[in-house]
Amino acid sequence: MSTHATDTGTADGFDSMRELLAKANEEKTGDQLAGVAADSEAERVAAKRALSRTTLEQLRENPVVPYDDDEVTRVIQDAVREPVYERIREWTVADLREFLVDERTTEREIRSIRPGLTSEMIAAVTKVMSNMDLILATSSMEVTARCNGTVGGAGTLAFRLQPNDPADDIEHILDATREGLAYGVGDAVIGINPVEDGVGTVTAILEATHEFIEEWEIPTQNCCLAHVTTQMEAIRAGAPADLVFQSLAGTEAGNDEFGVDVELLDAAHDLAQRRCTSTGPNVMYFETGQGAELSGDAHEGVDQLTLEARCYGLAKRYDPFLVNTVVGFIGPEYLYDGRQVIRAGLEDVFMGQLHGISMGIDACYTNHIQADQNDIENLAVLLAAAGANFFITVPMGDDVMLNYQSNSYHDAAALRQLFDREPAPEFAEWLEGMGIWRDGRLTERAGDPKIFT
Amino acid sequence: MNRSDPQTGRTDDNDVAAAADGSGDGDAHGSGGIRNPRDGEVLTRLIERNQSRLGVGRAGPRPTTEELLRFRGDHGRARDAVLTTVDETLVTQLGLVTVRTLVTEKDEYLARPDLGREISEEAADSLRKRCRIGPQVQVIASDGLSSTAIETNLPDLLPSLMDGLAGHGLDVGTPVFVEFGRVDVMDAIGEDLEAECCVILIGERPGLGSADSLSAYMVYGPERGAPTAKKSVISNIHRNGLPPVEAGATIADRIAEMCEKRASGLELSEEDRTFQK
Repeated sequence: MSTHATDTGTADGFDSMRELLAKANEEKTGDQLAGVAADSEAERVAAKRALSRTTLEQLRENPVVPYDDDEVTRVIQDAVREPVYERIREWTVADLREFLVDERTTEREIRSIRPGLTSEMIAAVTKVMSNMDLILATSSMEVTARCNGTVGGAGTLAFRLQPNDPADDIEHILDATREGLAYGVGDAVIGINPVEDGVGTVTAILEATHEFIEEWEIPTQNCCLAHVTTQMEAIRAGAPADLVFQSLAGTEAGNDEFGVDVELLDAAHDLAQRRCTSTGPNVMYFETGQGAELSGDAHEGVDQLTLEARCYGLAKRYDPFLVNTVVGFIGPEYLYDGRQVIRAGLEDVFMGQLHGISMGIDACYTNHIQADQNDIENLAVLLAAAGANFFITVPMGDDVMLNYQSNSYHDAAALRQLFDREPAPEFAEWLEGMGIWRDGRLTERAGDPKIFT
Repeated sequence: MNRSDPQTGRTDDNDVAAAADGSGDGDAHGSGGIRNPRDGEVLTRLIERNQSRLGVGRAGPRPTTEELLRFRGDHGRARDAVLTTVDETLVTQLGLVTVRTLVTEKDEYLARPDLGREISEEAADSLRKRCRIGPQVQVIASDGLSSTAIETNLPDLLPSLMDGLAGHGLDVGTPVFVEFGRVDVMDAIGEDLEAECCVILIGERPGLGSADSLSAYMVYGPERGAPTAKKSVISNIHRNGLPPVEAGATIADRIAEMCEKRASGLELSEEDRTFQK
C-alpha cells in the first residue's frame, strides 16, 4: 500500500487526490479561506466528475495526510478489513453512490461493506451526492448504540438535554434539566458544557446530575463536557460519569491543538469501560465540526469535509454511544450562511452513519453568521427525515453560556410529532410513567418543570 | 391536579410565568406559561433565578407567541449590532483618526478574518502622517462584531482610559478608529506606528442577552504575527458587566503594568490563561 498523497493517475488535470477532493466540495467559506476551494463552478463540477470516476482503491492508496506522518491516517488505514476492501476496491465513487441510493440495497448490505471503507472514500462519495441523496442514503442506515438507554433504533428519535449555565450553578443546571425532561428531552444524554474546566466543577456537575437521575430513576446518562484529562482525573477520584467526552479533529496536528492523541484517547476509553457508572457497552461521546482543523492551523492543506470524515474514522475506534457535529458554531469564515450550514449538517450526519457510528447533530448558529432559527429548524426537519440518531436541545434554543442558538426543547416535541418518532424505548416507558408522554404525543401536563420538584 | 387546557397548558388561573416577568397583565391569550397557582412560587423562583429561558410554557409542541417573538426580538438586536456600522459623527466627536482594514464591506468582513487583521500600504502611510510615531501606548477602537458595543460604551470608556493612562504618566499616541477590524489588526497598526504597546477596544460577538459587550485586548511590543499567548484581555465591558468608566481605569492599570514589566499575555499573568482556551 502506498503511504503518500501522490498522483491520482487521473487525466483530468488535478495534481493530487487532496486537490481533487477539495475542489469537488460544495462551496464553503472555510475551503476558500484555506485556499483549497475550486475557483469556479465549472472547476467544481469537473472535480466532481473526475472524483466520481476515481476508484476506491485510488482513494485508499492516497490518504490526504501521509500514513507515516499522521496517526489519524494510521488509525483509519489499519482498521480496514482487507477481505472486505478487496471485494469493493474496484468500485468507482459513482458505483458507491448508486449502491447507497438504490432501493434494492439492504441495510445489511451497507453494513457488510462498511469495514472496507476509509474516511477518504466516504468523503469522496459525499461530494458527488445531492442533499436529497444524502437524506435518502442516511435514512437507509440504522446504527444503534447502548449505554444506560438505547439510541438509533427504528422509529425513535433522541435528544441531548443541554442545561448549560454561565456560572456553572448546580441549581440552575438542574432547573434547566427539569424543564427539558418535562418536554421529553434527555434520552441521548444530559450533557453539560462547564465554564470552568476544573476537576472540582466537573465533579460537582457529575454528582448533582447523577443524584438527580437516581432520584427520579431516569433511564439516561450524564456527561460533563470538559477536557478529557479533567474528566479522567475526576472519574479516578470517584466522580460518577456515565460517558466520557472529547472534541476530535481529523489530523494528528489538530488533535494536538485539542491536547489529545490516540494514546490518551485509548486510555480514556479504557478508563471509561472500567469506571463509568453506566451499563454500556458504548461509553464514549465525541463532538466534531467542519473547520476545526483550519481554525487551529492544522488542516494540512486538506478540505474541511474530508477532515470531518477523518474525525469519524477516529471516533469509530472507540465504538462511541454518541457523536455529533456542531455545525454552525464555528463562524461565517468556515460556513457562511444557512445554506452552507444545512449542506454541512446533511454531509456530516450521512458520513457519520456510513462510518457506522451513532451520529447526531448540534444544528446551531452564532449571531455573526448569516443564519437564523428558521435555518436550523429547516435542518432539523431534514435530518429527522434522514433519521439522525439525536439532536442537541437547549431552553428556547438559547444557550446562555456558550452564547449561541440551537434547537429548542419545543423542537424535540414537534419533530417527534411530525415524524411519528418515539423517544428511546427505556426513556419512553419512563416518560409514560411520569405522565409526560402518551400515544406519541406530549400529555397535557408536559412542559411543566414543577413535575420534578 | 392540573386543570389546564390539553393543547396549550392554559387555565383560567393567573399566569405565573407571565406574572413573574411582568408580561402577563390581563391578556388571557398572552404568554401561555404553566398555570398552577398551588406552586406558583416554585415556578417564579425557577424563572427569576435563571438566565436561561425556563418556565416558558407552550402552545402545543411550539413556544407561545409571546416567547417566540421575544426570542426573535433578542436575535434581531444581536444581528443589527453585527450588521450595522458605527456612526461617523461619534468617531469625529471623539477625535479619532479613521482607517480601514483590507476589508471592503461587511459580508467580506465576516467571511475573511485574515483581511480584517491587515491594513494596506497606503493606509499605513496615511496613519503615519496623521498620528504620532513611537508612542508608549497606541489606543485603537474598532466596531468588530458589534457596532452597538462601540456606540454604547466608547463615549464613557475612551475618556476614562485616556485619563487613567495620563494618571500613570504614560505617553499616549493619537487614538485610531479602525473600520472592519479584527483583534490582531493592533499588531499591524502598532508595528507601523512603532508603539511600545497597543490596546484595541473592540465589539464582541453579540449574545441574545447582550448585544453591546466590548473587550479590550492588549499587547506589549506589537508586531505582525504575534501569537495569541502574547495578548492580554479584559472582557465583558458593558452596562451590566464591567461598566465602561470603571473599565477605563482597569485597562489603564493593566497597560501600566505591561509597560513596567515589558510583557503581556501569559508572560504577564496566569489570569490570561482562560483566554487561551
